[in-house]
Amino acid sequence: MLDFLKGPVLATQDFVTLTGSAIRNLFRRPHYADDIYRQMDIIGWGSLPIVLLTGFFTGAVMALQMSRALAQYGQVAKTGQVVSIVLVRELGPVLTSLLVAGRNSSGIASELGSMKVTEQIDAMRALGTDPIQKLVTPRMAATAVVLPLLTIISDFVGMFGGFIIGYFLLHLTPGQYWSSTWRALEYSDVTQGLLKPFAFAFIVSLVGCHYGLRTTGGTQGVGHATTQAVVAASVSILILDFFLAKIFVSGVAGG
Amino acid sequence: MNKDASTPVLRFDKVSVAFDDAVALQDVSFEVSHGGSRIILGAAGSGKTTLLKASLGLVRPQSGRVFLFGHDISRMREEELFGLRSQVGMLFQESALFDSLTVAENVAYPLLNQRAIQCPADQVLPKVKEALRFVELEQTLEKFPSELSGGMRRRAAIARAIVTEPPLLLYDSPTAGLDPITATTIIALIVKERDLASTTTLMVTHRYQDGHLLANYHYSPANGGLQPARGVNEPVPGRTKFLVLEEGRLVFEGSQSELEASTDPYVAKFVKRTG
Repeated sequence: MLDFLKGPVLATQDFVTLTGSAIRNLFRRPHYADDIYRQMDIIGWGSLPIVLLTGFFTGAVMALQMSRALAQYGQVAKTGQVVSIVLVRELGPVLTSLLVAGRNSSGIASELGSMKVTEQIDAMRALGTDPIQKLVTPRMAATAVVLPLLTIISDFVGMFGGFIIGYFLLHLTPGQYWSSTWRALEYSDVTQGLLKPFAFAFIVSLVGCHYGLRTTGGTQGVGHATTQAVVAASVSILILDFFLAKIFVSGVAGG
Repeated sequence: MNKDASTPVLRFDKVSVAFDDAVALQDVSFEVSHGGSRIILGAAGSGKTTLLKASLGLVRPQSGRVFLFGHDISRMREEELFGLRSQVGMLFQESALFDSLTVAENVAYPLLNQRAIQCPADQVLPKVKEALRFVELEQTLEKFPSELSGGMRRRAAIARAIVTEPPLLLYDSPTAGLDPITATTIIALIVKERDLASTTTLMVTHRYQDGHLLANYHYSPANGGLQPARGVNEPVPGRTKFLVLEEGRLVFEGSQSELEASTDPYVAKFVKRTG
């Protein structure tokens, strides 16, 4: 029984230690600014096409589905409102983070995993560099910056997708659609819409790094680490999202 | 950081290392003094690589102590180790060149990242070129490791290990997976580095002839190749020793003639293999 628990407990301990070191390194020299920029380019710019595509179609499909429900109450004009609230609060942050997790947690895990099995991580330590400082902290910092930005873009593109449906299929005027979209949002929506991707960024980057750095057993191990990273990151995002939503919803209900 | 000439460069004192439940090293003790060479033989999984990694503090012993240049590194924090590691060059088994960097950037890496080494910016490129010239790879500066052959990668990795002129060099299976001609070239480079820079050398290998070359040959600057040491410059007795590891335990330590005379069936296996 205890042996069965040993693995997960040690893995959790490793993850917490890694998180602690990665955050502590933000305030310690040397800083690898070049690596942060490079990762921002890979994670942010690289993920932009899929974020744009999924954002657009998510908004469009939501407008389509919601308009049917709203039509029952004669409230089709409120489509923009529903689209913007659901996108900004939930779907924007969660879908963007899941996509970036699928693309980058796996990428990070396989890159670091390959470095681990070819002893490049050991070589780095032997050559006077802390691999957490050089590899983990830049990925974490870069993701924490770009994920909220990607979410903003995704939210906006989603609203635009909703607008296309609203304008061409539901025959709403641009004024109707955009004003209801705009007015629906409160500061708390925007706050949670940006806090969530910021929190998820730590999961996306650190889970990828964690599985990458624990890779053993050659190329097969790299594949295993990659799969595990995506699964663990996606599930963790959804679980954390539930708790964050709970905090925000009770906060609003309480206030 | 060398305390004095009599302090062993590296000393293992009853070192044991285990990964989970698997024992990698068990009660290993030996020492090597300045200018000495140790050739470490052993079957796959006998703990050879772990021994080299423990010498650098990349792997921590569960018990026992490792002294590097007289400093006990077994309990040192990673940050404290960086200073000592800058005096050690290591060649990893599969070269471990950073594949996102060019050969020149790889070789420059220790000069730019070892905090204890203050290399002026204008000195980096000349030193990189010098190290690559030493391994006869000056023409590959801008190539990526993936564009090089196995032997060239090994040579580039040797250049990276020696560019900071460390007094101690660790080689992990430098000839593994190479054809015999390339393997001999690599050993010749190791002998050349040992003789020209009088470095202390630890070499892990599973090929007895690698050890034989290291123990009995000298680099001859006159013809740029290896020459038998006998008669020319007899090696100081005890300078080169062979260690044999069996399942984490050190089962033999001694000179080449003692190794050849050994009646232990496991130890004898490594000698006979050369034919």
